Amino acid sequence: MTPTVTHATPAAIWAALSHVPDPEIPVVSITDMGMVRDVSVDGGRVTVTFTPTFSGCPALHVIRDSIEQAVRDLGVADVEVRSTLTPPWTTDWIGDDARERLREYGIAPPAPAEHGLIQLDAEPTRCPRCGSLNVRMTASFGPTLCKRMYVCESCREPFEGFKSV
Amino acid sequence: MTATAGTLTPAQTQGLIRRLTALADDEIVLAHRGGEWTGHAPILEEDIALANIAQDELGHAGLYLGLRADLDGSDPDRLAFFRDAGAYTCTRLVELPKGDWAVTMLRQFLYDTFEALWLDAATRSTYAPLAAVAAKAVREEKFHVQHTALWVERLALGTEESARRIHVALAELWPHTAQLFQPVEGEDELTAAGLLPDLPAVHARWHDLVTRHLQGRCGLPLPATADAGAGRDTHTEHLAPLLAEMQAVARAHPDAEVW
Repeated sequence: MTPTVTHATPAAIWAALSHVPDPEIPVVSITDMGMVRDVSVDGGRVTVTFTPTFSGCPALHVIRDSIEQAVRDLGVADVEVRSTLTPPWTTDWIGDDARERLREYGIAPPAPAEHGLIQLDAEPTRCPRCGSLNVRMTASFGPTLCKRMYVCESCREPFEGFKSV
Repeated sequence: MTATAGTLTPAQTQGLIRRLTALADDEIVLAHRGGEWTGHAPILEEDIALANIAQDELGHAGLYLGLRADLDGSDPDRLAFFRDAGAYTCTRLVELPKGDWAVTMLRQFLYDTFEALWLDAATRSTYAPLAAVAAKAVREEKFHVQHTALWVERLALGTEESARRIHVALAELWPHTAQLFQPVEGEDELTAAGLLPDLPAVHARWHDLVTRHLQGRCGLPLPATADAGAGRDTHTEHLAPLLAEMQAVARAHPDAEVW
């Protein structure tokens, strides 16, 4: 089988990656999450650099494979996927549009990330259903590394909230 | 002046390898102890929380061993799963049995505050790859500290029984904390070169923080500070059985590629 070599443009690659869902929160894509740092095209060779969200995230290899496949689907045979830790990923990179989709999905979007080391008080969180700030954290670690569990004292709805990292 | 793997002296490279391995070994062993609660924690949320924390610690171990791999080409999986207790360099604090909930939460708190403060200092390392890893991991570690600090407080100020248990846990664990701040061979030279955090400075910050929390907030009297005792190559009898369980699958199927 001869691989077809197409000269995909960076714009086309970015567009393709914008359809790769986050494996744990499929309502947002990896570009919405700010995980894709760089796309470069050198002749027929495409290099995509991404930043992992959490170092222990079990979905990393899924994300890596999905990126490679999305680029291959454009007809590119030579794809390299790199990861970089610098600068470290922060929830501040999540776009406004994606925050709104998280909220509609029932996940409170993250507050602006603080860089203080020891905060015994958690950041203020708004109920994604009724908008109340009168919420109570019920678990500081949720079903995935990036989320916490809350219950809203106003509308009584339990919900997940994104950690500010 | 920023150092790279290529500009380190051979002695610096060896010292860095020892420190990175010590950090990774602590994380791997502590993560295993955390994992022992999976399915057994007092409530479902805590089962999930400890599994999350253990997963983060393994992630950090992966980062540290990744840095080591850049220096000597070693394979992180082989280091984790094919070294015996005699070759592991974890502290005795992390290898002690999981104990009750008070021991588990207090140990995690004592270790997490050490790791958070060490990482905070390591973000200023002149070895750029370490500074990058530290900047990443410290953001995750702050959630561990928040969580375990709250649990220690809850137990200390809770019932008579919970207070009794946290007192017992503190008496058992406190003497082992000094070992966290024991330098590895060649570490002082690395600190002088700005490659690694200054351990006595980290120790002072750690002592101040845990004293304020344990004594100030939780009303727990601190036992006398012990010295570190033997080095990281001397283990309790608890490490070998832990590794036997942790490594059983990898050693039974050494050529397995898909897990």
